[in-house]
Amino acid sequence: MTLWRRPGLWIPLILVFLWGLLILVSGLDSMREVTFTLMMFATLAASLNILLGYTGYVSFGHIVFFGLGGYTGFYLLSQRGWPLSLAAVSGGLLSAAVAGLLGLAVLRLRGAYFALATIGINEAARAFISNFSPFGGATGLFVNFSYYQSYGGAGRALWLTFISLWLTILLVTVVSYGVKHSRFGLGLMAIREDEDAALVMGVKAPQAKTIAFVISAFFPGIVGTLYFFKNGNVEPGDAFQLHMSIETLVMIMLGGQGTVSGPLLGAVTYQGLRGYLLTSPLFKSLHLAIAGLVLLLIVLFLPAGAIGWLRQRFQGLRRFLE
Amino acid sequence: MVLNQLLASLTDGLLLGFVYGLAAMGLSLIWGVMCVINLAHGSVIALGMFGTYLLFSQTAWNPYLALLAVAVVGFLTGTAIYGAAVHRVINAPHLSSLLATFAVNMIFIGLGTAIFTTSPRNLDYSLGSLQIGAVIFPVTRLIAAMAAILLTVALYLFLFFSRPGKAIRAVANNRTAAELMGIPTSLVLASSFGLGTMLAAVAGGLIATFFPFTILSGGPYELKSFVICVLGGLGNPLGALLGGLLLGGLEGLIPTFMPVSWVPTVEFVLFVLVLVLRPTGLLGAR
Amino acid sequence: MVALGVISLIIGVDTAIVNAVEKNVVIGFTASQTGKLNMEAMRQINGLQLWMEQVNAAGGVKLPDGTVVKFTAKFYDDESKKERVQELYTKLINQDKAEFLISPYSSGLADAAAVIAQQYNKIMITAGAASDSTYKKGYTLVFQTYTPASRYLTGAVDLLAQMDPKAKKIAIIHEKDKFSTDVVNALRTYAEGKGCQVALLEGYESGTTDFAPFINKIPAGVDAILGGGHYADTSTLARQLHEKGVKAKMVALLVAPPEPQFAELGEAALGVIGPSQWEPHTAAYNPASAKKLNVEWFGIGVPEFIKAYQQRFKEDPSYHSAGGYVAGLLLQKAILASGSTTTDKVKAALDAMDILTFYGRIKFDTQKMHGLQIAHDMIYSQWQRHSEGKLVKKLVWPEAFKTAEAILYRK
Repeated sequence: MTLWRRPGLWIPLILVFLWGLLILVSGLDSMREVTFTLMMFATLAASLNILLGYTGYVSFGHIVFFGLGGYTGFYLLSQRGWPLSLAAVSGGLLSAAVAGLLGLAVLRLRGAYFALATIGINEAARAFISNFSPFGGATGLFVNFSYYQSYGGAGRALWLTFISLWLTILLVTVVSYGVKHSRFGLGLMAIREDEDAALVMGVKAPQAKTIAFVISAFFPGIVGTLYFFKNGNVEPGDAFQLHMSIETLVMIMLGGQGTVSGPLLGAVTYQGLRGYLLTSPLFKSLHLAIAGLVLLLIVLFLPAGAIGWLRQRFQGLRRFLE
Repeated sequence: MVLNQLLASLTDGLLLGFVYGLAAMGLSLIWGVMCVINLAHGSVIALGMFGTYLLFSQTAWNPYLALLAVAVVGFLTGTAIYGAAVHRVINAPHLSSLLATFAVNMIFIGLGTAIFTTSPRNLDYSLGSLQIGAVIFPVTRLIAAMAAILLTVALYLFLFFSRPGKAIRAVANNRTAAELMGIPTSLVLASSFGLGTMLAAVAGGLIATFFPFTILSGGPYELKSFVICVLGGLGNPLGALLGGLLLGGLEGLIPTFMPVSWVPTVEFVLFVLVLVLRPTGLLGAR
Repeated sequence: MVALGVISLIIGVDTAIVNAVEKNVVIGFTASQTGKLNMEAMRQINGLQLWMEQVNAAGGVKLPDGTVVKFTAKFYDDESKKERVQELYTKLINQDKAEFLISPYSSGLADAAAVIAQQYNKIMITAGAASDSTYKKGYTLVFQTYTPASRYLTGAVDLLAQMDPKAKKIAIIHEKDKFSTDVVNALRTYAEGKGCQVALLEGYESGTTDFAPFINKIPAGVDAILGGGHYADTSTLARQLHEKGVKAKMVALLVAPPEPQFAELGEAALGVIGPSQWEPHTAAYNPASAKKLNVEWFGIGVPEFIKAYQQRFKEDPSYHSAGGYVAGLLLQKAILASGSTTTDKVKAALDAMDILTFYGRIKFDTQKMHGLQIAHDMIYSQWQRHSEGKLVKKLVWPEAFKTAEAILYRK
């Protein structure tokens, strides 16, 4: 099948592409910063969706891969002088490798037990890193401001991180679509519906789950490296925030779990709303409560999320919205 | 010298362990009865702290008297949470109930932050310290530990020897069968949720008598409650208490051998290992 | 029009000012209005607010070209989290057109904001971000109001030596964050250099409430217990040290003891020493001593500041309040001295600055660690019992500021 016959792929792809291009062409720094936050969470949500949406495993510890990968990447570029691109990919690969090892053990757990184990992993990793002296222990790592000179100054470096993130989000969209429409993806969805039945049907569940876990862990590692590079420093407290994991779950629910464009839409909506509420004097102190109320209403009355609802309601849209 | 340190450390850990156990009991009960992980657990603990604090500082109630009021309000809040957020998703996949209770958590924390800000509060109440040999500890901690034991016994008796308690266990075992036997399951589920919330709120109130707190303080206890539930097995009040003691004991023991900052690492690695190797809990009978 | 002229003649208003261009300068920052650092941050905002109201009420800053500069503040809540700090600072600069920046409260957040400030060529005054490491990173536009972390507790070692020359055994319990770790690393080196023995060095997670495991590890016969972190955890540590009946000659902790609220701990506060950037009783900061030091005096005096702050906010100022006020005062002085609001000129004025204010002396490093505060002194205060039984803060170190002799914590 050629690309144009797959609107479920190219619609989100083109939208994200145009979005990034628009920011790039406009050259507006404040737009870039807002977009960076949105795209960062969109990438996290889209990658978690591969595990959560397709495979049905609820992970509260997605952020551990953001932290570990980001730490590794930042260590490589700040202490070992690696270029950003290589460091970011290495961060991603390390996260993927860790996920592979952990997955063999914890993916044996199902449902709530798996969810709890991921919380434990995140907390253990955070406590470990804050005692781990090569990564700077509690004070973390940093780069000198002059370091950005090799990227043509801080302004250029920030644009570079933005472009890298933009490429990452495009990649995660393609991978997410690819997984969903592959034989492998069908196996994952069989696991989601009924793991025991899937095993009987010949799906190699342990391998498939682990591979899904590995893929979903790769992207947060890249995003983490980019984010810490941009901040110029990393501390354990910033790297393993449980609430970021949970917010990512919320975004997926908002947009629709198990869809390609849902997590992207959910992340943009949620973070956009939060950013607005946070800077609006009227809602500043209530933003968390309002976000909570919105989430509750969605979970109770719209469990399929926005995209899922549209797909159920308008059959004709199914071909275009995935 | 080392022995004294160990003794002091263990006493502190175990005294605290009782309260950890009490906090975890609420989570364990809800989980055991309806297979829902209550992510609003931490914020309920924090609300319990604030409830006790407000009654103490505004109306000058004795904090232990205030706990009674907190318990009643906690029970009602729990049934309300069940009705508003949990009932609709009780049969849906895990993610739904996780997120529904998390949404409640966000609402509580959000409102709490707006009303109380995140400034640390102190319940300025002291009963002095008690010295036994080389071990010194505040009396408030001793009372908290005794309250935890008392509540565990009461809950145990309630669950195993009273009619409503038996109904709760019946619903926990098999909801459909219980419904067929004429047990009003929705009512039972709602009151179990109320009971679990009440326990969490009371634990929060007890903690407030010796530790300072903010609206965000429930979080760490929620995490510990997860660990305890896994160590002690689910749905069993005695298991939760023992799990709490085990965790408290570990927290007392580990620092004598290595820097205190390694405690969470050991704790959570142990947690994951127990989950993977023995998911029914170390002390779980089932 | 004629009437207006007459009025201005009668009341003697300089018509040049009436006709002058008024320029509004926005000072932008994020503050931890919520989150774990909100206590310290709110005081800082109050201080800045007071300065702004005073300078605007006094008619702003008049530049040589006749422009009158007035100030407004624009700030957002960063929730004590790094997530949105860069986004918010970019927004402050580009959308809210902030011309000068003040840092977020903690060192970690300030580092993230500094990348943005430097990139947009905006001056950022750091208040509260005391870590030395920020100034090792090659920023040229970041200026520190606080005495850096490395000098927070070193004076306590000197004080201990003066109180009891034989006291050499110290225990350190500190928060594991950037600031406290910087403090402790410098403290350890300094103490060991003075022949002290560090018998215990333990770090605790931010947000710890149970210090029993740490307190139980304090070896017997320790002379001094040093450390702490930020307000919430440090006040708890002090309380539990008391409850546990710990014996030591000296307890000196970071950040919390200088705050007026610390007295709420009652007995547990007694004898606790705290390093402070500023204390209300520092009579040493006045125009006369400026003359003696041969530096310029600038701004209001200590009693005036305290009075104005109490009137405005109905509470006693702490050093965080003074820090917020002085951050604004520095900008005012630099704008006045350079006669301009452009970054380059104000930066040059800040580089050359050496003044005495109600907050103490201010001078910045212009060499290797550009922007580091090098002239401001730490003051050590101690909670002591007043004759009527009330707890009061007395200044016990250094010699020049002393209002009382230091007492032992608990024998």
